[in-house]
Amino acid sequence: MAHSPQHESPGLLDHALRARSAVPLLVLLILLPFAALALDEGFYIGVASRILIFALAATSLNLILGFGGMVSFGHAAFVGMGAYTVGILMQSGIASAWIAWPAALLVGGLFAFVIGLVSLRTQGVYFIMITLAFAQMLFYLMVSLKQYGGEDGLPLATRSDPGLGLDLSDDVQFYFVVLAICAGVFVCLARLLNARFGHVLQAIRENETRMAALGFAVYRHKLIAFTLAGAIAGLAGALLANQSSFVSPSLLQWSQSGILLVMVILGGVGHLYGGLAGAAAFLLIEEIVSSYTIHWQFGLGALLLAVVLLAPNGLMSLVRRRGAP
Amino acid sequence: MSGILLLEQLLNSLQFGLMLFLLAAGLTLVFGIMDLINLAHGSLYMIGAYLVATIAAASGSFWIGLAGGVAASAVLGAVLECTVVRRLYQRDHLSQVLGTFALLLMANEGVRMIWGSQPLMMPMPAGLSGPVELLPGFSYPAYRLLIIGAGLAVALLLYVLVTRTRLGMQVRAGASNREMAQAMGADVRRLFTLLFAFGAALCAVAGGMLGPLLAVQVGMGESILILAFVVIVIGGIGSIRGALVGALLVGLVDTAGRTVVPMLFELLMGPAAADNAGPAVASILIYVLMAAVLFWKPRGLFPARG
Repeated sequence: MAHSPQHESPGLLDHALRARSAVPLLVLLILLPFAALALDEGFYIGVASRILIFALAATSLNLILGFGGMVSFGHAAFVGMGAYTVGILMQSGIASAWIAWPAALLVGGLFAFVIGLVSLRTQGVYFIMITLAFAQMLFYLMVSLKQYGGEDGLPLATRSDPGLGLDLSDDVQFYFVVLAICAGVFVCLARLLNARFGHVLQAIRENETRMAALGFAVYRHKLIAFTLAGAIAGLAGALLANQSSFVSPSLLQWSQSGILLVMVILGGVGHLYGGLAGAAAFLLIEEIVSSYTIHWQFGLGALLLAVVLLAPNGLMSLVRRRGAP
Repeated sequence: MSGILLLEQLLNSLQFGLMLFLLAAGLTLVFGIMDLINLAHGSLYMIGAYLVATIAAASGSFWIGLAGGVAASAVLGAVLECTVVRRLYQRDHLSQVLGTFALLLMANEGVRMIWGSQPLMMPMPAGLSGPVELLPGFSYPAYRLLIIGAGLAVALLLYVLVTRTRLGMQVRAGASNREMAQAMGADVRRLFTLLFAFGAALCAVAGGMLGPLLAVQVGMGESILILAFVVIVIGGIGSIRGALVGALLVGLVDTAGRTVVPMLFELLMGPAAADNAGPAVASILIYVLMAAVLFWKPRGLFPARG
């Protein structure tokens, strides 16, 4: 592809999972809790679970942002609604993960479908703002629901019960469940992106008018992607509620949507590993800097600024730039 | 509702709307002309409020504090533009979001490092803390009247600046077609620095004026930033007139939502429901307004670009 402009990497539409990079990464993630236990640093297993959950949420945002070109500034709403689904079901006595987690997935998808139905009629900055508006509505809705804790949030009595002899209150078991879900979603998304749907979605990102002229149902493809991203975000929310045993409206706040955006941009918009890299980098920087100073946000801000000015296309672009022929 | 209460609420909504306008005016110009999504605009409002409060406390005079804080904020805005913000103009919106989000984090933490996390209390200027009797039997806080007056004065000043001066002409030209304005010889570099500094100064006016009414604290910029974005989207990005109309509209809806909606709820569902859902529904109303405007007028009420 010698003739392609410089921002196009070889195989623009190709985002296949390469065994060469995926397998070592998975092995590393499987070994991680054992290494942490051996080093007597069990605390980091919780951090790793958190990173994986945020990676799931950020990857779902990357699906619409990076591959569909839809800049949603309300993605935390779907995460939050998923989390609330688990919390509310738990409060009414349903602790089974087999009911609560698919329910969170459905709720996230349903809200995304309805919001997408209206929002996808607008474009550009106006799309950013209308998704923000809907997210803010849901935020204030959860603040107003006093029976579910209102502003103070809703503590979860236990973690969800997946049966099968698993006990999620054990951090190592919880980590492996999260890892299994993340890996499963990741493989599915990679396949989806390399299927016809994924290629159409990316082509819409590149040139919507042309795709419409070619006869593709642009709006429907975008709506499906938006709904799917909302559903995955809802699932991430279910895991997040379990991880912190607490849900509150702050999960839906606009700054949370901002953080998810930052993770994706930081990791690399439209890179398969962008959400994972971004979530890991963001949360690890937060973890490390906050252990040195209570003013960690300043350091985080300075690092983010440096990334914007020095690595314009996110962290994954550094890897790809070196690997490119 | 009695006439007196209605009048009072109208004045409250005018006061809130005008302060919102001060923020939205800077934001809409920066957005419309430089094509920059500036999430750090709310931070300028926060820093402005801190500077005004600090200088006012040191000098003992609210007015010296306001003047000094506004001037210092303008200088800070100019420095920020020359060092960081300038590098973001040519980048896509996503990089701008990331870059200005970084600035927002640094501003919040920087303020916490310098002033601590306790909110600063600002006293009202002497002689203005009492009420003024506007009509027989109707009095209104003098300080809030002053805010309304100052807001109107700044709006007028902006109007004259934008429609009657050469600089304003260049600003308008830049908003409707940046490349053409540049080609016709507008010194865009200088214009951008000036505009950014001016926007920062407006933020400081709003922050300083609202300081005695609200607590000056870290994070005060975030909630109002989102409202300012709502205002400029309703009004149409890049349009000062749109920002004014949008700000007054949002102020009206917000105040009406806070007073009328709880009363309606109380009437329909009893006081418990009113206490629970009233404030949240009032907040939701603003976003319903924005979604409705975008649905019927996808480019806002007064689109600046042709």
